[in-house]
Amino acid sequence: MTNLLLLIPVALFLGGLGLAAFIWALRSGQFEDLDGAAVRILIDDEDE
Amino acid sequence: MTDASIYADQADFLETGITRLTPGLLHMDVHVPDMHCAGCISKIEKSLNKHPAIAHARVSLSTKRVAIDWHEAKAQSQDLINHIKALGFEVHPIDADAIAQTASDKQKNELLRALAVAGFAASNIMLLSVAVWSGAEAATRDMFHWISALIALPAVVYAGRPFFKSAWAVLRAGHVNMDVPISLGVLLATAMSFYQTMTHTDQAYFDAAVMLLFFLLVGRTLDHLMRAKAHSAIAHLVSLAGKTASRIMPDGKTQIIAASKLAVGDEILVAAGESLAADGTIALGKSDVDQSLVTGEAMPRTVQPGDKLFAGMINLTGPLQMTVTAIGKSTFLGEIIRLMEAAEQGKARYVRLADKAAQFYAPMVHSLAGLTFAGWLLAGADWQTSLFTAIAVLIITCPCALGLAVPVVQIIASGRLFNSGILMKDGAGLEKLSTIDTIVFDKTGTLTLGTPKLIGANGIKPDLLAIAAGLASQSKHPLSRALSEQADNLGIKPAKLTDIKELAGSGLEGKLGTRHVKLGSAKWCGVKESSKTGLLEVCLRIGDEKPIAFKFADELRFDARDVIERLQKDGLGIHILSGDREANVSHIAGQLGVEHFKANCTPQNKVAFINKLAEQDHRVLMVGDGLNDAPALAAGYTSMAPASATDIGRVAADFVFMGDRLEPVVTAISIARRSDKLVKQNFCLAILYNVIAVPIAVLGFASPLIAAIAMSSSSLIVVGNAMRLKLAPLNRIMARGKMP
Repeated sequence: MTNLLLLIPVALFLGGLGLAAFIWALRSGQFEDLDGAAVRILIDDEDE
Repeated sequence: MTDASIYADQADFLETGITRLTPGLLHMDVHVPDMHCAGCISKIEKSLNKHPAIAHARVSLSTKRVAIDWHEAKAQSQDLINHIKALGFEVHPIDADAIAQTASDKQKNELLRALAVAGFAASNIMLLSVAVWSGAEAATRDMFHWISALIALPAVVYAGRPFFKSAWAVLRAGHVNMDVPISLGVLLATAMSFYQTMTHTDQAYFDAAVMLLFFLLVGRTLDHLMRAKAHSAIAHLVSLAGKTASRIMPDGKTQIIAASKLAVGDEILVAAGESLAADGTIALGKSDVDQSLVTGEAMPRTVQPGDKLFAGMINLTGPLQMTVTAIGKSTFLGEIIRLMEAAEQGKARYVRLADKAAQFYAPMVHSLAGLTFAGWLLAGADWQTSLFTAIAVLIITCPCALGLAVPVVQIIASGRLFNSGILMKDGAGLEKLSTIDTIVFDKTGTLTLGTPKLIGANGIKPDLLAIAAGLASQSKHPLSRALSEQADNLGIKPAKLTDIKELAGSGLEGKLGTRHVKLGSAKWCGVKESSKTGLLEVCLRIGDEKPIAFKFADELRFDARDVIERLQKDGLGIHILSGDREANVSHIAGQLGVEHFKANCTPQNKVAFINKLAEQDHRVLMVGDGLNDAPALAAGYTSMAPASATDIGRVAADFVFMGDRLEPVVTAISIARRSDKLVKQNFCLAILYNVIAVPIAVLGFASPLIAAIAMSSSSLIVVGNAMRLKLAPLNRIMARGKMP
């Protein structure tokens, strides 16, 4: 029983973290250009 | 340039999509249709971000747009556009309509957020529910239920909004759609589970409610993405059209302004190759204009001062100065739009398949739940047990599978259509396409390519063709272009001529060595025109030799004959309506083996013809491209337009197809029919599911576990069945015509 008291909040917290990360990514426009994201990895000279 | 004129320029462009972020910092989106790879992205972004005036530039490959923030004082929008052009890309400003369409992406984000919340809630509650089903007892079970409730209540409120809003809207209008039983089922399941949790009983349906939302949101999100994709593809096509005009100022200088800012009486300059932005009369200059998009006539018309021109025509050979005679609603274009609106109003509102199903389904389910409640009461149960059983019936009949039955099929269909080069605007178009029995084709630009081709090129001596091509390469006239293209295809190098001049309305002349060469109309070359079969003709005259005639025809799309044959074999009635001359139309109809055709049609004639067919209970697919077809496209039961069509034609059509083939018409119909079959199968599966599940629920055996299993399995079966559309082979047409 004590395990549960610890584990359930931990599980929920981690899940919530994932959810929050997704919503943050969505807000900051990371899902706006999926085709672009797929090919941008091929641009190799982004140093400057 | 003075400050004042900079602002004047930008004030014009503010309308075409420039916004001010902070004082001094402007933002605009431009459309760059040719971007397609990582190389393009880095080339454009690097170069723009090095530009001193630009604060930030970012490419979006999905929408093929570049977003630019720049310092107002340091550059004009036109400079930046030219800067991208200098990199070798085509650039178009985006008009306000296209930008408004991207605003719908807010809805995408809303749906994605709701989907994420529902997914999070469903997975966590399911974990807790598994524990309960495996035998958690008393206090442990209660605690799990409470935690589930804690997750489910906010999740249902948040993720359910798209359904609640839509259900509320139709209920207020006095109708029902599928969202009504969905909303009711989800809300009642949540409320009852909450009550059960408070009273420490073992039946909580939180998992079912949230999972249901999750499944349905998946369908809804995919549906939205599909539509957004088609819309943005069509918006691209629209933004390709020139929407500016060069106005001649009182001081004699020209100024480029948005077409919407033109006024009656303005003098505008139309360069060769430019399309007209307004209706007007020619004040100065002589030229040929391509009017195929406006009237459907293939042959360019020679025009001179005093002639009337319409917006959408393309000026081919010489510069023209034109006085604007009509703007806005009074233009030919305005008249077309008015006809289109009238045609749309005349059309009965189409009720989509899913809504039809809902109209039948919702009352049945709700009365079933009512009867269950009454039945249990009569059988002597207390009101709580009766109510719970009734709610369980509502939960288990909640149209999860029905809600997915149509959208999943349509999403897959749209993907297949997209891969075949067909853009679908709306699922309703697909439903309508599956039931058509008559097809009306426009001729120019639809059955034909809309551009003339040289006939019998092999019978012409190569050196003559080389000389003709030498002259023709200097002109934008469609016949000249056809000539140089043909010479190019045969590997003939154009001869080198000097002193080439283009005489609008007549032809081209130049010098080959010392000899005078003319390429142009028969009359101009001094021979009689042989005007049979409606073929177009150009003569080449070298010195005083006898002129040689080149003949041209607006060729059929190379697979048109086979496509028409296939459609006729399918039992579809085929008609051709054209604005072109009788001779040309009957020639084409004869080649295709089409009995019913009408020439010299005005836009009004076309609409009247389609309405008459509709009165005879025919369901008409209109396929057309020109401005003159737009009202007919709107009047048809459903409609298709080639991508080369006018803006307004593409907007009016339900489907837009790419490429030089006519085959997409057959492909679209066959995909539509297959989808229709699958949708109906899916409805049957959903009904079958209910036939099995409802008695269980009515008898009170629908435990949360059974509800969860039944609902998810029925959804998966429906989705799985829809997937079969992906596997179905397309029966392709083996064209006998030559590939171009």
